[in-house]
Amino acid sequence: MHTYTLAKLALALEKKEFSSIELTQCFLEQINKYNQDINAFITVTAEQALASAALADKRRVKNNAMPLTGIPIAHKDIFCTEGVKTSCGSKMLDNFIAPYDASIIKHFQATGMVMLGKTNLDEFAMGSSTENSFYGVSKNPWDKTRVSGGSSGGSAAAVAARMTPAATGTDTGGSIRQPASYCNLTGLKPTYGRVSRYGMIAFASSLDQGGPMAATAEDCAMLLNVMAGSDTYDSTSVDRAVPDYTATLANDINGIKLGMPKEFFTDKLDANVAATIEAVAKEYEKLGAELISISLPNIDLAIPTYYVIAPAEASSNLSRYDGVRYGYRCLEPQDLTDMYMRSRGEGFGAEVKRRIMIGTHLLSAGYFDAFYLKAQKVRQLISNDFKQAFTKVNAIICPTVPNTAFGIGEKTVDPVAMYSSDRYTAGVNLAGLPGLSAPAGFINNLPIGFQLIGDYFAEALLLNLAHCYQQVTNWHQQMPECI
Amino acid sequence: MSNKSSFTKADISKIAYLARMAIDDADIAKYAIDLSNTFALIAKIEQVNTEDIVPMAHPLNHKQRFRADIVNEIDQRKAFQKIAPQVDAGLYLVPKVIEQA
Repeated sequence: MHTYTLAKLALALEKKEFSSIELTQCFLEQINKYNQDINAFITVTAEQALASAALADKRRVKNNAMPLTGIPIAHKDIFCTEGVKTSCGSKMLDNFIAPYDASIIKHFQATGMVMLGKTNLDEFAMGSSTENSFYGVSKNPWDKTRVSGGSSGGSAAAVAARMTPAATGTDTGGSIRQPASYCNLTGLKPTYGRVSRYGMIAFASSLDQGGPMAATAEDCAMLLNVMAGSDTYDSTSVDRAVPDYTATLANDINGIKLGMPKEFFTDKLDANVAATIEAVAKEYEKLGAELISISLPNIDLAIPTYYVIAPAEASSNLSRYDGVRYGYRCLEPQDLTDMYMRSRGEGFGAEVKRRIMIGTHLLSAGYFDAFYLKAQKVRQLISNDFKQAFTKVNAIICPTVPNTAFGIGEKTVDPVAMYSSDRYTAGVNLAGLPGLSAPAGFINNLPIGFQLIGDYFAEALLLNLAHCYQQVTNWHQQMPECI
Repeated sequence: MSNKSSFTKADISKIAYLARMAIDDADIAKYAIDLSNTFALIAKIEQVNTEDIVPMAHPLNHKQRFRADIVNEIDQRKAFQKIAPQVDAGLYLVPKVIEQA
């Protein structure tokens, strides 16, 4: 049962093929078997999970179960979970027991999903490999000498190794889509404002968005039904009705126009990755889609723009970690300044310190206009390019990442070189658009995903497109040998 | 501050102090290189023509929502202070800030 999709698990529970307790025990056994090696989970909440499962079984007896009631899920350790450690992958919050639940956690609880635990991530979501986690790297179940991606690498590794059938992630510059690509999963970054950020520890507030990670588009649709919605506690969330994302999965895509940005298909793109994405595009043509070449003239500015805005916002967001009210406080501070300096110096890892310093400098007097304000204007240009593209096409198809999963330690010597690998994903966050990565095949036995980008609130179309592709291919059904 | 494309150790120390974040002396040189490399990456945007472009704060040009000016939260100080490093009588304790006379 650990290999079942959410959709299959939901049906099996309804038919009483097994109980939620049995199902939860199965996944807890998977965690016992694999987590020591893979390091996907920071915290496993076994007792709580079994208690939730028991409640879910009672609910089913009373006939008030919902589609996902009683099904286990893992949450990226960036979502506050009341009474449970919420570390954000950092020494700074290693001792932090969240005093409240994030809004999406409350949604999942209301639907009766069973939380297995909290998954590993790059510290404060800053990174692309989980190598920046205080708790060590999460290994890729497809090749344990390689990273599972980041920052939602723990969630990706947990689903790929079937320690959980699904997980939540967050995406600020690609942190759901890239690990989904590296681990052969489907992962969705919703439109900015589609999912509440209340209780989701902030990295870059104008870019962050929580989303689902699972084996299939159908599973992601089931999860998005739970996650999406306006929230009075998040004033950036958008007051817009949530459709049933599962209802339109099987819509006919004949006549859909798919744009292929010429700036993404240059000789800079690895030939194997290009060939894989082109094969996906050809499959969509067979399904009746029309492929159209489009241009995003300013898209090469996405990386520089992102690496102004994200660190700037991060430096502001992380100023709350001062050792006063929660989190790490240094020993025997001599005075207030010493307390701030050493609590933050000792509590944060190198990558977080790097980004805080970049952001602090960019927001300082004399640089704010030249950089942060400028970047917000360039961001508008990038967004305008996408708006223009969506007058010609319904969705965009392109690579998620320039490569398959890289080796552990391979990119840690030059952290700045790693930033360029966000080139296909970061622009989507800057524009606030929805983006999805789904399995596209394998290169040298390593998974690679393709990306679909949609117009604002086009999650239903992206899930529909991915689902249709998954009806005629079976990449998404492949599992690592170790499972 | 020196040329922004090339950070010195003094620059790093100054920025780290602005951010109230201690950096080990042994690491300062590496951070200087990393920040210099990052600025080389982001320098591209300086030359972009953004005349008449309005800075984008929210992708959907959303307006800030307001709510009625009434108290609608319960006092949770006890729960929040349970996880604090040091508290007393409902106050967070920190090193003394007032200098001796």
